[in-house]
Amino acid sequence: MRVIGLETSCDESGVAIYDAREGLLAQRLHSQSRMHAEYAGVVPELASRDHVRRILPLVTEVMREAGTGWGQIDGIAYTAGPGLVGALLVGASVGRSLAWSRGLPAVPVHHLEGHLLAALLERPAPVCPFVALLVSGGHTLLVKVERAGRYEIIGETLDDAVGEAFDKTATLLDLPYPGGPALEQLARAGDPARFSFPRPMVDRPGLEFSFSGLKTFAANTLLGYRHASDRDRLRADVARAFQDAVVDTLAIKCRRALRATRLSRLVVAGGVGANRALRQRLTELAREEGGEAFFPRAEFCTDNGAMIAFAGCLRLQGGEWTRGGFDVRARWPLDALQAIAPG
Amino acid sequence: MEFRAASEQEMEAFGARLARGLAPGLVIHLGGPLGAGKTTLVRGLLRSLGWAGAVKSPTYALVETYALDDILLHHFDLYRLSDPEELEFMGLRDFLDGHAICLIEWAERGHGILPEPDLRIGIRPLGTGRDLRCDPGTPAGARLLAAVIETLAADRDGRGAG
Repeated sequence: MRVIGLETSCDESGVAIYDAREGLLAQRLHSQSRMHAEYAGVVPELASRDHVRRILPLVTEVMREAGTGWGQIDGIAYTAGPGLVGALLVGASVGRSLAWSRGLPAVPVHHLEGHLLAALLERPAPVCPFVALLVSGGHTLLVKVERAGRYEIIGETLDDAVGEAFDKTATLLDLPYPGGPALEQLARAGDPARFSFPRPMVDRPGLEFSFSGLKTFAANTLLGYRHASDRDRLRADVARAFQDAVVDTLAIKCRRALRATRLSRLVVAGGVGANRALRQRLTELAREEGGEAFFPRAEFCTDNGAMIAFAGCLRLQGGEWTRGGFDVRARWPLDALQAIAPG
Repeated sequence: MEFRAASEQEMEAFGARLARGLAPGLVIHLGGPLGAGKTTLVRGLLRSLGWAGAVKSPTYALVETYALDDILLHHFDLYRLSDPEELEFMGLRDFLDGHAICLIEWAERGHGILPEPDLRIGIRPLGTGRDLRCDPGTPAGARLLAAVIETLAADRDGRGAG
């Protein structure tokens, strides 16, 4: 089975072709982050207008790169939610139209399921069950993955998502959007001993997160030192203290999650999963717990078409698809999904 | 009218005071820089209305809606908006229906499309504390502000008597 996957839930237009036997054949991403830089955030309507312009050329490109024709395509998968409705509608309507015109089945995919299963595109792939830490601009979740399609949310953020805290703190530090990678780079030059930021929620039992206080702590620190003579040093030290606090907090909760579920495999997904300090820390942690940590390569951490093609392929193989009509959902609880039938 | 919140707890307490004077259809703008405590104020307000769940930042989804027993409350964050016209695409009119209470962060990004608020609250960081400046824009907003002042006075008298 060979499936085209379309991802347009936020600011990235991604298209990929996945083959159940041969693996990932081609993928293309058109990131819109340069356009969004001047606004320090994702701009909903600009995002969807740009998806319209990009998505069909991307489909043509990946088909050429994969050396595949429509005759060899068995289905279309598109992200149906959660996300920005205008942006989701572009992928859904293009996906549905292509499927209808070619007489193919189409399947709506949950964006977060795509992220959770992205690590399965890598070799060695983690075996279910595992604990997944999903960290992105819009989400911060700990999920127990029994098997593909069976997800139990065991922890989530009570306020800001980690990626959002990174982006907003980056803005406070006068960094360009997207802020995460720039903050990580700035933090490398920072002195870890100068500031100590709080580790939110670690003194309470449970797997909940809270990150808005860290952003406020950063704002207060910068305000308190606004007359400091070496502003660049201050920015680097704040970036370092912020990142250390985030990494520490995530690590403490991941350790708790592994112990609580008695699982040994930890899978990290989502854009913040590309952060190298976090990867290093969680790799060590999983080893200390007698297990193993799995990370998709950075390009599969951020939004991409490959994870949608892959998750869609699993669902189509399980006999799942919907005929005609479509809807998209800004909100869509992950644990409302059905387990995928073995293909 | 100016108030002071010395801590996160006092910011939540101020939110709770606002909650006691809420009337259907009130629109409140919350201003202030990143990390000022806008969402903290909203959390305090929702908690005192009996909301036990998470109060998530609406930055990513643009709006979080809370259906309480007899109140519908929309918490907006327009931080990511680049053009006020994008509010039309969001279906702003459906939210501002005259019954639901709307708390709007980064309202300046919706300037020209958003109607004038009943009450404008500006939060200014001052050390680790915060100054809150409240400006009513309508009689309903003035009544809300009067109710807040009344709860403050009552608490002060209560402490004085006790």
